Amino acid sequence: MVKILKHQRLNETNFRIVFDSSLVAKKIKPGQFMVLRIREEGERIPMSLADMDPEKGTVTVIYQVIGQSTTLLSTKKVGEEICDLVGPMGVASHYPEKGNFMVIGGGIGIAPIHPTAREAKKRGLYVIGIIGARTKDLLFYEEQMQKVTDELYVTTDDGSYGKKGFVTDALKELHQRGKKIDHILAIGPVPMMKFVCSTTRPMGIPTWVSLNPIMIDATGMCGVCRVSVGGKTKFACVDGPDFDGHQVDFDLLTKRLSMYESYEKQSLEKFKKECTKEAALKKA
Amino acid sequence: MKIPRQPMPERDPQERKRNFKEVPHGYTPELAQKEAERCLQCPKPPCIKGCPVEIDIPRFIELIYEGKFSEAAKKIKETNSLPAICGRVCPQEEQCEEVCVLSKKFQPVAIGHLERFCADWEREHEEIEVPEILPSTEKRVAVVGSGPGGLTVAGDLIKLGHQVTIFEALHKPGGVLVYGIPEFRLPKAIVQSEVDYLQAMGVEVKCSFVIGRLMTIDELFQDGYHAVYVGTGAGAPSFLNIPGENLNGILSANEFLTRSNLMKAYSFPEADTPIFTGKRVAVLGGGNTAMDSVRTGLRLGAEHAYIVYRRSQAEMPARATEIHHAEEEGIEFIMLTNPVRFIGDEGGWVKGMECLRMELGEPDESGRRRPVPIEGSNFIMDVDTVIIAVGNSSNPLVQQTTPGLDTNRWGNITVTSETMQTSRKAIYAGGDIVTGGATVIQAAGAGKIAARAIDAYLKTL
Repeated sequence: MVKILKHQRLNETNFRIVFDSSLVAKKIKPGQFMVLRIREEGERIPMSLADMDPEKGTVTVIYQVIGQSTTLLSTKKVGEEICDLVGPMGVASHYPEKGNFMVIGGGIGIAPIHPTAREAKKRGLYVIGIIGARTKDLLFYEEQMQKVTDELYVTTDDGSYGKKGFVTDALKELHQRGKKIDHILAIGPVPMMKFVCSTTRPMGIPTWVSLNPIMIDATGMCGVCRVSVGGKTKFACVDGPDFDGHQVDFDLLTKRLSMYESYEKQSLEKFKKECTKEAALKKA
Repeated sequence: MKIPRQPMPERDPQERKRNFKEVPHGYTPELAQKEAERCLQCPKPPCIKGCPVEIDIPRFIELIYEGKFSEAAKKIKETNSLPAICGRVCPQEEQCEEVCVLSKKFQPVAIGHLERFCADWEREHEEIEVPEILPSTEKRVAVVGSGPGGLTVAGDLIKLGHQVTIFEALHKPGGVLVYGIPEFRLPKAIVQSEVDYLQAMGVEVKCSFVIGRLMTIDELFQDGYHAVYVGTGAGAPSFLNIPGENLNGILSANEFLTRSNLMKAYSFPEADTPIFTGKRVAVLGGGNTAMDSVRTGLRLGAEHAYIVYRRSQAEMPARATEIHHAEEEGIEFIMLTNPVRFIGDEGGWVKGMECLRMELGEPDESGRRRPVPIEGSNFIMDVDTVIIAVGNSSNPLVQQTTPGLDTNRWGNITVTSETMQTSRKAIYAGGDIVTGGATVIQAAGAGKIAARAIDAYLKTL
């Protein structure tokens, strides 16, 4: 059992949660991930690392409420426990030896780029950050990102905050202005990562992305997370999650991510019904 | 021979093919005693040598005949910590029963059925009784992986007074017994009771603990462990590397079985993990994993569940009884057939499989006749789910993070077979991580040898 130490709503759909897990906190590195299981009948859910504190023995996850498991997690209170937190999984982020390192975070992807940016800065790299969200209310961690970047650009799709447009618009503008960018890590929704890669390919900038396929054991045993990189099948859980974005087959990833959509809906509906029933019972 | 071999009563195929209840019911005491009577009590029993863990088979059978079921169970447990499991999933027909003197003229004694009977009788009739444990040696052993090998090592070493901790990567102990073998062949409650038994003896079990990530083997030594046993099992699923393999609806057997067994996806949406099974399910492969997968597919609602295998039924590595059970349940066997590509629809889902007919040529290095494709025999099978059960390669996590640990060209850990010691001092290994895909009892047998060697090593410290 793993205890929840902090749990805070960041905006309409995103939550920040801090777990007590001293061994994982000591070992985990930016770019790696964890697998959570909330209740006994629960799924194993891979979650990116948003932060860790080896001294306090805590790990932080920022998650978006989408399906049944994340909805359930969002109801958990400080002091309550979840069944399991296992990690670190996967391989840590890649950094260039020197030069200008750009981190791009879109939506929930802002969370995992934060510790990588901090580590890059610690390594003496010049860190340029771009973070973006659909609208101002969905943006988070701007202040934290300011602290771990040398330059930070903020975009919103609707222009409600920062520059209006996508993260790729900010990237293009910087490139046009002649900004030297040696290496990029982009994390966010699949379409965003795909567009970042199609933007940087003609620019010749090495671009890494962090992939989020469906996983179960996340130790390399089941193969459900297989992705195609440079025409070769890789397991994102052990070979990744970070890959050379110019080699990734994003369309395949999108299709594979959709495999259980109808089941996910069914599971969420059932859960909501149960919650309504429970609430009614409590009232009565 | 007056008494014929007593068959074990089983669930009717028509009933069982749509549920996950265990197929054989087990012997009644009367049936067990009748079967036990068949044993000749050979003065030089070949069956003991046929058993990888050298159970005193004639003696336990004699005790059953005398109606001393509890004593019989304890006799087995002297050398085998996992009788309820081995009685169910061991290939006795290739081991103890194959060499049974009776088998020359008649059917061999049903040693497996009798082993299962004793273990079940004890579990159902008696409190778990902790055997005598030697005084503490203050020596600590880490066991990596809680499959049949790891459980055996842990059970043997705790009895000798050593402190044992099992590290399991998944959230439940049991390894392949829990994620791999379906409920209808090995009820999970049985695995749990074996683990409970070890815990009652003092074995510590740490789940959700990935050695190679959260701690390396060398860090275990730094942490005060004196010896380590690596039983991490068969790791990464093999695929066929043919076009279309990443289409939706194409899964490894490991994924399919892990969803159903470990995550209980067969009860979705009661369990949160879903499992996709279509109406026309093809399982590629001919081993026990393939049989487990195809029978799971049928139970999840397939209208047609096929085994597609490139050789003929005679070459299938699965146990005869599993093939027989599958046939009874209506599994369709498509032999001498090999897929060459998968065909998808616009949404990225598999809808067909192009196959080639094969014929058998000369025997290959495995001694089985090599399948040779028949030119121009291509045809398309209409399928919506494909499960690939063609084996596993080794999981590299421990090997990659343990300097000086030698492996062979397949990435399996190399050991000295007399002791199961690896190239590193105080590190032992056994089971599928050493041999590649094999059986539960072979892993348990390796665990036995390793436990003996680890005990001897700890005494030198």
